[in-house]
Amino acid sequence: MNGEEFVPLSLTPLLIGVFAAVACALPGNFLLLRKQALIGDAISHVVLPGIVVAFLLTGAITALPMMLGAAGAAIVAVVMIEAIRRLGKIEPGAAMGVVFTTMFAGGVLLLEQTDTSTVHLDVEHALYGNLESLIWLDATGWSSLWDIEALAGLPAELPRMLFALIGVALFIAVFWRALKISTFDEGFARTQGIRVEALGMALVITAAVAAVAAFDAVGSIIVIAMFICPPAAARMMTNTLEGQLGWSVLFAVTSAVMGYVLAGYGPLWLGAYDAVSAAGMIATVSGVILALAAKFGPCRSRTGAPAGA
Amino acid sequence: MLELASNLGQAPKAEDLSKSPLSIRGLTVSYGQKPAVFSVDMTVEAGKMTAIIGPNGAGKSTMLKAALGIVPPVSGQVQVFGRSLDEQRARIAYVPQRASVDWDFPTRVIDVVLMGLYRELGLMGRVRAKHRATAMDCLARVGMGDFADRQIGQLSGGQQQRVFLARSLAQGADLYLLDEPFAGVDAATEKAIISVLKSLREAGKTVVVVHHDLATVNDYFDNVFLINTRKVAEGPVAEAFTAETLQNAYGGRLATAQVDQLAKALA
Repeated sequence: MNGEEFVPLSLTPLLIGVFAAVACALPGNFLLLRKQALIGDAISHVVLPGIVVAFLLTGAITALPMMLGAAGAAIVAVVMIEAIRRLGKIEPGAAMGVVFTTMFAGGVLLLEQTDTSTVHLDVEHALYGNLESLIWLDATGWSSLWDIEALAGLPAELPRMLFALIGVALFIAVFWRALKISTFDEGFARTQGIRVEALGMALVITAAVAAVAAFDAVGSIIVIAMFICPPAAARMMTNTLEGQLGWSVLFAVTSAVMGYVLAGYGPLWLGAYDAVSAAGMIATVSGVILALAAKFGPCRSRTGAPAGA
Repeated sequence: MLELASNLGQAPKAEDLSKSPLSIRGLTVSYGQKPAVFSVDMTVEAGKMTAIIGPNGAGKSTMLKAALGIVPPVSGQVQVFGRSLDEQRARIAYVPQRASVDWDFPTRVIDVVLMGLYRELGLMGRVRAKHRATAMDCLARVGMGDFADRQIGQLSGGQQQRVFLARSLAQGADLYLLDEPFAGVDAATEKAIISVLKSLREAGKTVVVVHHDLATVNDYFDNVFLINTRKVAEGPVAEAFTAETLQNAYGGRLATAQVDQLAKALA
């Protein structure tokens, strides 16, 4: 494929896919180690009612109100999960399970009761996203990357996802040491004056930002997969947190690129004519990577069970 | 909840709390309806090793955690070297129970010890050669110098406990608070830990240990603090660690034979 075809049709979806995958995988590492990995799943489900409510209020599919609605719903859910967990003194998984199924179900009901047939808002879109349609028609080739006019036609999801990624990366870079200590040993972190609750909440909000931005661009399947699969596979490749983050980014990028290419061309190679869902294929590739890491990764045995405890 | 602490330190009074590394007044902690620690006063003596003793579920660890602000107390004041906890965090080193963390966490022994330098390094300070040297020195002091690059999950329970102790040494504190450091460790580790703690005392530091082994109290500690939700006794081992106070703390939970044996050992 030459630049004339690749740049307008494949470059932007590929980049958006990669940015979304990495933005979710980065906080996913900490969520996984804190046994909160399902929070990505939860967020990607709970944003649905937020988006539907935003649509009902504005009557149109426009980015800003939808993002605000999604973010609002995510924050409501996070606060509810924390409240249920702390007040009910139950494990986080159960608190999330209760909140996100309820809110997603509410979103589906709302969606069914409203007339969204004229707009591109349905349960399917919420799940699979619409990665293939995020094309850059103003581009004519690689030279368009330096063409201000053509750049103005970039899909809005691209800069949005890039900003989300930068925000997530900055948060983790700045609070790296505090995140590491409080994830490993919360009690000790408190004695060091680290504000554990605030930091934990900030991590979840960061994850929510990544999830909402990615949900808007690529649907919830990728969000769910990228929060868990690359970090879980990365854990089995290394025994340091720094190494785990590095591997998780590599796996996220690999999933996005391979998934996109396989979805577009895989069926063709097999003799079929239609491409398959890129989001579905990206999530599948990340699952295959996880399976391979679980089978062949050098650090896959659980060594951490303390002897005699 | 600890707001009274700083005022107390400045007020002149008969009992000078500012000399005590850790003084607790009226501390009550509750996890549900029932208090785990009820209206406890404690005054830790400087430069001594103090054991916190009591039956299971007596609130030993809870009292320590509440004093450190790890769990919120219902009421009570805590002073560290005569000032509020927040002002004195750099002077306290805390060693949690080994089982309280996930040892499968992807990190190496040296990284855990470097966590003890958090207050020195700050949020984003670079780890330099001198920090690594400090961490290695602390590991050597607990006999774990050869394990710096091991993943922490590959260690035995005793080795993990020593790594935790090394992390607290890296903090360079004046007051060391340890929660059950001898629980489920091998004899060599117990020896290594007690020798490190004694060396801390010789250097003028204060050590407080939540302890469960009544048989070693006499050998290891200067002072004891007996608790069973409420304070039972406090003072030098010879005075506060008697058959009577033990009976009061443990009630029926300590077999009479055990009490007799201890009484004999104490006599």
